Amino acid sequence: MIWNWEFAAEALPILLRGFVNTLIATVVGTIIATVLGLILAVAIRGLPRWINWIVRLLVAFVRNTPLVVQLIFVYYIFAGIPGLVDVPALVIGFIVIGIHYSTYMSESYRAGIDSVPPGQFEAATALSLPPVRTFTAVVLPQALRATIPSLGNYAVAMFKDTPFLFAISVVELVTSAQQFGAAKFAYTEAFTLAGIIFLVASYPTSLLIQRLDRRLATY
Amino acid sequence: MPLTEKTPATPATAGTPAIEFKDVEKSFGPTTVLKDLNFTVAPGERVTLIGPSGSGKTTILRLVMTLEDLTDGYIFVDGEPLTFEERDGKRVEMPKKRTREMTTRIGMVFQQFNLFPNMTVLENIIEAPVHVLGKSKAEASTEAKELLERVGLSEKADAHPTRLSGGQQQRVAIARALAMSPEILLLDEVTSALDPELVGDVLGVLRDIAETTDITMLLVTHEMQFARDVSHRVMMFDGGQVLEEGPPDQIFNNPSHERTKSFLSSVL
Ligand SMILES: Nc1ncnc2c1ncn2[C@@H]1O[C@H](COP(=O)(O)OP(=O)(O)OP(=O)(O)O)[C@@H](O)[C@H]1O
Ligand SMILES: [Mg+2]
Repeated sequence: MIWNWEFAAEALPILLRGFVNTLIATVVGTIIATVLGLILAVAIRGLPRWINWIVRLLVAFVRNTPLVVQLIFVYYIFAGIPGLVDVPALVIGFIVIGIHYSTYMSESYRAGIDSVPPGQFEAATALSLPPVRTFTAVVLPQALRATIPSLGNYAVAMFKDTPFLFAISVVELVTSAQQFGAAKFAYTEAFTLAGIIFLVASYPTSLLIQRLDRRLATY
Repeated sequence: MPLTEKTPATPATAGTPAIEFKDVEKSFGPTTVLKDLNFTVAPGERVTLIGPSGSGKTTILRLVMTLEDLTDGYIFVDGEPLTFEERDGKRVEMPKKRTREMTTRIGMVFQQFNLFPNMTVLENIIEAPVHVLGKSKAEASTEAKELLERVGLSEKADAHPTRLSGGQQQRVAIARALAMSPEILLLDEVTSALDPELVGDVLGVLRDIAETTDITMLLVTHEMQFARDVSHRVMMFDGGQVLEEGPPDQIFNNPSHERTKSFLSSVL
């Protein structure tokens, strides 16, 4: 294996620029997915039957079509509408990724809510707590305990799905490594560095998730 | 077991009942559990429900707490409809919000305690006074600490429920119910899930409440001595109907129905 420090030094800033896109897509995508996922989970539970049915259908549709197809589809819809052309591809990217993963996260929330024992709802009724308070103070904190680990897993999965953004011309970490490697024939340097960047970013994140997990488990 | 203590004096039964069941029917799917059930409980009265497993005792308490839907008939609390009312000769469901206002007068303690594990003991107790009655946190906390002292758990205010024994958890659950100053307290086999050595403390707390307050109580228990000591009236259920009822002395010592006799001999 030949290692060229010059190439490595040249690649680093380019990769980091790509990585900024990876980060933005993952972080904003995660925020969208966690919030929308919760809204979906609650909507599926509490709404009238016909809205419920439509929401379920949409969720099934989003979940059963590939992320790349969704990215390209939405990207070209936006590109096709005059006046909307200047929505940056990255913004379309994190919105689509966020929506895509929200359908998975809603399932985790739903499972978490289902894991709260019926006795908890009954105690809340016996205390005459209003539904919203029951949800925010009793159900959600307990549901999150069961949900946080899988939300963490989905965030990591999202992180790994960001290379699909290439399909809508967003250059993130892996694509920038690919491009640099091809241009200089320096794949070793580019992908080794990409791997290190990935590790440096994901290790503390997983520690953080673990910490959060343990904090929630202390009662 | 000799059951020899004297029965407490029954409160005056005139006036509006604290609880009234009127033509109550309750079915679970095709199974009818309660049919044409009528009874009243006077304010301040303490009534124990006894009867074989599956006779509908828990269902009655859960109906009062609005944990089950009423299939037919009406339940009144202080003369006011709880979940359904009659309007222009029709039986109509009441708004959820109104029902919830009514349930603030009713407290319930469960066999499995059902404390909120994500809150401390104190938070469990002040949750409803703050968020339902609109008390300030400071006021609710002061009252909660008095209640904790009363149930003998002052030092556990900041503990999480999972760190407590079953008996301690149940005493917190009692304090939590009392924090709402209920007019009616429902107790469904509150000592059944406890180790025998922890039962005494919980019963002691309940005896204290019975002696020092005029809270109306509807209770289901297998602790017959306790039932005899605290209740004014015992109702024997069978097949979703009141088979017989009367002061504990009479029901325990001189039951008139064979089924009551055989039931009592199976639990005493
Ligand atoms: N959620 C439910 N779904 C179907 N059937 C139910 C449900 N809850 C209660 N039942 C039935 O209703 C009947 C009365 O039950 P309930 O729990 O009120 O009896 P109980 O007198 O409290 O009995 P136990 O002494 O065993 O506690 C039983 O036959 C029971 O199987
Ligand atoms: Mg029962």
